Amino acid sequence: MKATEIGYNSKIEGNVVHTRLDSAVSWFRKNSLWPMPMGLACCGIELMAVGASRFDISRFGSEVMRFSPRQSDVMIVAGTVTYKMALAVRRIYEQMPEPKWVIAMGACASSGGMYRSYATLQGVDRILPVDVYISGCPPRPEAVLEALMKLQNKISKEPHIADKKPARDRGLILS
Amino acid sequence: MTAKQLANKIKRKFKGIISDIHEFRGELTLEVSDSSQISEVCRYAKEELGFDYLVDLCTIDNDDDTPRWTAVYHIYGYGHLQHLRLKTSVSEEDSEFPTVTTVWRTANWHEREAYDMMGIRFTGHPDLRRILMWEGYPYYPLRKDFPLEGKPSEMPDVAFTDPIPLEGGPFVTLAGGEDAAAREPRVRKTE
Repeated sequence: MKATEIGYNSKIEGNVVHTRLDSAVSWFRKNSLWPMPMGLACCGIELMAVGASRFDISRFGSEVMRFSPRQSDVMIVAGTVTYKMALAVRRIYEQMPEPKWVIAMGACASSGGMYRSYATLQGVDRILPVDVYISGCPPRPEAVLEALMKLQNKISKEPHIADKKPARDRGLILS
Repeated sequence: MTAKQLANKIKRKFKGIISDIHEFRGELTLEVSDSSQISEVCRYAKEELGFDYLVDLCTIDNDDDTPRWTAVYHIYGYGHLQHLRLKTSVSEEDSEFPTVTTVWRTANWHEREAYDMMGIRFTGHPDLRRILMWEGYPYYPLRKDFPLEGKPSEMPDVAFTDPIPLEGGPFVTLAGGEDAAAREPRVRKTE
């Protein structure tokens, strides 16, 4: 069969899609983002609502909350990161396989929030490379879905095949 | 029995080390002048007077005043439904109270918190470790001389801390401000 026949061959028409490998990979990835639910405070409750029937994160392919970092793609840091917890959060992030992304959910995870305190890390971006920040205290579940869509949009534009270097070499992890 | 009668019983039992009864808005407070006797006073209150519930145990940093530390015991009895407050103080040189974990086991975590936040020790405590901060954190953050923004510290593989950006703060709300905008937390210098 000649390559040009694909679009016109009535037996396989509609079953074949032309694309670039990069776009195909990003399409696979963005529609199956398994979250690592890093629920650390009240935002964790809103995150549960995102997973439940009313908001239903499975509409975006992210319903499979994994409590093992080895099986997750996106860490959703939901809540206040204390200094006591900080290195544990970082260790869990490091245990996630590449490629991986981070959503900072809510004011605390983004900036320390109202906790201008000796005990609170002033934003999880001080120890992790954050892809999307969500404002709110806590954010509405819709905002989490919005963040997920933003992340999907970002992933669809990332080069996947060309850039095989791990995040550490891309300068994304602050050592 | 009323709280006042119970307080008077304590006064009679421990003559000389118990202050007069302070009454404020219906709440009674006794001060124990000899802090080394506080666990005995507490034991008597529990075993003889039925104060079977330690509601709270907290500590005060009196800053430049002496003695520097005050421990406050809020006690309550489910039999007679009466509240009482006991206070006792100790100097910075001593920084030690006898434990009351032998009286109320719930005091265990309260005393660990006081140790963690204020650096006050409780002699006879079965497990005096930090409870909120990690073992090895070098400061006592609720002391008056600890800065609001915190201090830097580093324990490899355990935890670190950095001073926080206060941006000219602390931000203080204005109680009784005219509207929500006026009550917003803002930098407000006290006179």
